[in-house]
Amino acid sequence: METISKDKFQPAQKTTNAESIVRPSLTYWQDAWRRLRSNKLAMGGLIVLILLSVLAVVAPMVSKFDYETQYLKDIDLKPSWAHFFGTDDFGRDLWTRVWWGTRISLFIGLVAAALDLVIGVLYGGISAYFGGKVDNAMQRIVEIIYSIPLLLLAIILIVFLGPGMKSIIIAYALTGWVGMARLVRGQILLVKEQEFVLAARTLGAKPARIILQHLIPNVIGLVIVQITFIVPLAIFFESFLSFIGVGIRPPMASLGNLINDGAHYMRYQPHRIIFPTIVFSLILLSFNVLGDGLRDALDPKMRK
Amino acid sequence: MAKPILEVKDLRVSFKMYAGEVQAVRGVSFSLHKGEVLAIVGESGCGKSVTAQTIMRLVPTPPSYIKEGSSILFDGKHEITKMSESQMEHVRGNEMGMIFQDPMTSLNPTMTVGAQISEGIRKHEKVKKAEAMRRAAELLTLVGMSNADERIHQYPHELSGGMRQRVMIALSLACNPKLLIADEPTTALDVTIQAQIIDLLRDIQKKTDTSIILITHDLGVVAEMAHNVVVMYAGKVVERGTLNDIFYNPRHPYTWGLLRSVPRLDSDKNNELDSIPGTPPDLYAPPVGCAFAARCPYAMQVCKEIDPEHFEVSAEHSSACWLLHPDAPKVEMPIEAGRRANG
Amino acid sequence: MAEDNILEVKNLQKHFNLSGERVLKAVDGLNFSIKRGETFGLVGESGCGKSTTGRTIIRLYEATGGQVLFNGEDIHKMSGDKKKKFHRDMQMVFQDPYASLNPRMTVGKIIAEGMDIHGLYSGKQKKERVSQLLRDVGLSEEHAGRFPHEFSGGQRQRIGIARALAIEPQFIIADEPISALDVSVQAQVVNLFKKLQKDRGLTYLFIAHDLAMVKHISDRIGVMYLGKLVEVATSDKLNAKPLHPYTQSLLSAIPIPDPDLQKQRKRVILQGEIPSPLNPPSGCPFRTRCPHAMPECAATMPPFKEVEPGHFAACHLL
Repeated sequence: METISKDKFQPAQKTTNAESIVRPSLTYWQDAWRRLRSNKLAMGGLIVLILLSVLAVVAPMVSKFDYETQYLKDIDLKPSWAHFFGTDDFGRDLWTRVWWGTRISLFIGLVAAALDLVIGVLYGGISAYFGGKVDNAMQRIVEIIYSIPLLLLAIILIVFLGPGMKSIIIAYALTGWVGMARLVRGQILLVKEQEFVLAARTLGAKPARIILQHLIPNVIGLVIVQITFIVPLAIFFESFLSFIGVGIRPPMASLGNLINDGAHYMRYQPHRIIFPTIVFSLILLSFNVLGDGLRDALDPKMRK
Repeated sequence: MAKPILEVKDLRVSFKMYAGEVQAVRGVSFSLHKGEVLAIVGESGCGKSVTAQTIMRLVPTPPSYIKEGSSILFDGKHEITKMSESQMEHVRGNEMGMIFQDPMTSLNPTMTVGAQISEGIRKHEKVKKAEAMRRAAELLTLVGMSNADERIHQYPHELSGGMRQRVMIALSLACNPKLLIADEPTTALDVTIQAQIIDLLRDIQKKTDTSIILITHDLGVVAEMAHNVVVMYAGKVVERGTLNDIFYNPRHPYTWGLLRSVPRLDSDKNNELDSIPGTPPDLYAPPVGCAFAARCPYAMQVCKEIDPEHFEVSAEHSSACWLLHPDAPKVEMPIEAGRRANG
Repeated sequence: MAEDNILEVKNLQKHFNLSGERVLKAVDGLNFSIKRGETFGLVGESGCGKSTTGRTIIRLYEATGGQVLFNGEDIHKMSGDKKKKFHRDMQMVFQDPYASLNPRMTVGKIIAEGMDIHGLYSGKQKKERVSQLLRDVGLSEEHAGRFPHEFSGGQRQRIGIARALAIEPQFIIADEPISALDVSVQAQVVNLFKKLQKDRGLTYLFIAHDLAMVKHISDRIGVMYLGKLVEVATSDKLNAKPLHPYTQSLLSAIPIPDPDLQKQRKRVILQGEIPSPLNPPSGCPFRTRCPHAMPECAATMPPFKEVEPGHFAACHLL
């Protein structure tokens, strides 16, 4: 200590600013992306999903075969260089059909989720924001819809509209948004009472401003998480209907009816069920791990 | 002097975060003797709560890490930093009790208060259920709850904040702990209830001769019940001493600032309150030199370059400030900070 | 009524209807006025209705009964342009520095929001104004691009003050603005409030749960207990000669950071708990904890009377 020279004990110039912030600045989305990136499982899910989507779009386009033309000379072939996944009992190329089916399934999942998103967020948002009697009436409607069995509704609709993609999407959209609406309502009720929303009200902000600037940005994270769980549910719903024979009808391919088809030949030609099942499982699993990862990444309570 | 019940030496605790390491506790040492009430004072983020929770090993690893070279010696034989979780479970409750700031989150909402206290007793002692319940009722009476025989059948949500804090205190006393850690025990309560709880804690301390570590930011609470005081800033102890040392002969500019920022009974309304300008440093990148230098009105060149060691004022009193170096200019202590009330 | 009163509260009531026909009388018949340029402190413990009072005055809640006159006009009858003007004239600073700033907005946007709503400034001018406001509250313009979570509690509270100041109000309701802050930071924020009042001639309603800091910042103080005012006086008078037993116990509950003084003084420590506002005691609400309670107290609510000029209290002892 003796080595300190005396002039060091002169009063120092004020140079440092005690209010400055040293940490790097991160926006909410940058921070969420950083968290997600560090989650290996979720990133794995994301990569698998991207790969599957690319294949679903590209594979049927570049394939020499299409999903419906029958080559009766080439029936029941095992997987080979010509037919990666083999062929079925009509001689259709399964590689093309599986990716075509994936495309259909993903499309149904995404459209259903988009409809859920729009209806659910609007309905839940209006119900929570206006509250009181409006909320009460809207919630009773939700309860009624919630009590209708989805499968029953789907089958009735299919009877009226005929089987196909349209019926499935409508059936799902009619009931699926209820979960989203409930979630959004609950979250908005929470955020609405936060002091920053009160502050906006005391500044004289109109409802539109409060909803767009304050409420939605604070529930959007949760909504995204919910969507990653809705997409696989809708895909599962489609596959189930197709599997029991009331969904997508051959020759159109979907993962559900491919698996149904394959099930009949499981003993002798196991590849016919294995490939669509693997793709189907990978989609569901990937969405679920990605959803979990997103939940951890976007949850403000976990934020440090 | 008898052996201390708790000896903390060079405790360093860090949190691993995305941006890097946050050094929450940066070398804290103190000791506590039987029957002593030691107050750890400081503002939020100074590391006082992390210190307390590390003594009970309540901070999860990861993200927190106790650094190599840290030592917490309890009762002369337990090296807390090296103990396993199952060993700690025995120590917690049995030999150490903790009172938290928010009693609602630390009580089980699905169990009656009697069941919680008697469970605490039975975990560490072999007694019959009925006997444990009877002891639970006794404890509730000890913490000043009337109709204890009825109260033991109530759930936490049926009680007010003050009552819950009393239950929390009873729970922490269930096994006659040698050490009680009270982490901001009155902060969440209403003022008139605060006074009741402080009274109760002081009363119990006298009756049971328990050693208490009192974590608080409220100098009023410190003045009422502590024997010795440790002042923390930015993860370090900046001053330690007896109650009188700290209140009437403080030597660190941060302690001066703390004492002066509380309005006095007779302080002049027209004057500004003395406040400490600025904000504590972010311990993600602690400054070189003294952490308080950027906010210190007396900062010298040396303060920004070298972190000061503790300078002894007396056997019990020391302060980590370069102003105590023989070469430093003599600084008059701001009058209000060290003034005795009666002259 | 006196012309220099910026705010007059007349028999203000705010009741909440809860499930099962229960009524929570959060605010039950308040009368007080605030002079232009002064600081009025409103003190009481949890459940006394002080925050509800503040929120009803700024129209976050609609009053159940009574009037709030701001510059002589009933605020609950305002609409259209008058209402918009009212939102500019009266602002609020909130308690929780972590919940009062939108986590998805930058500090610059938060501060500018009022200007956007009222179309006050735009473009470069707005940016300049935000920088100026940041400097006024002791921060700097480079903070404008940061998000709230990057700031400490005291810094956030100053951002909240800058947001309120942005639209140049005359009157600010500060709802426990310092109770979540550290002591040294409390002093900073209180000093800032005082400085801004001096520079801009602001009037404050300063709400708090204890008297320690309030008696330092306020010119006059109102003490509330279970939805009612029990005492109103100048800060000095209240401090020197509190009339209501509740005020006396609140004063004596302030822990003094001075061990010797602490040992000397006699403290009135209240027994028992604050009764539920859902089921308040008959007569005087304070009687269940009052050391001087008499049979009369259970029967009738004591009138709120002027004991000395400017010193009001509601107690049968007087």
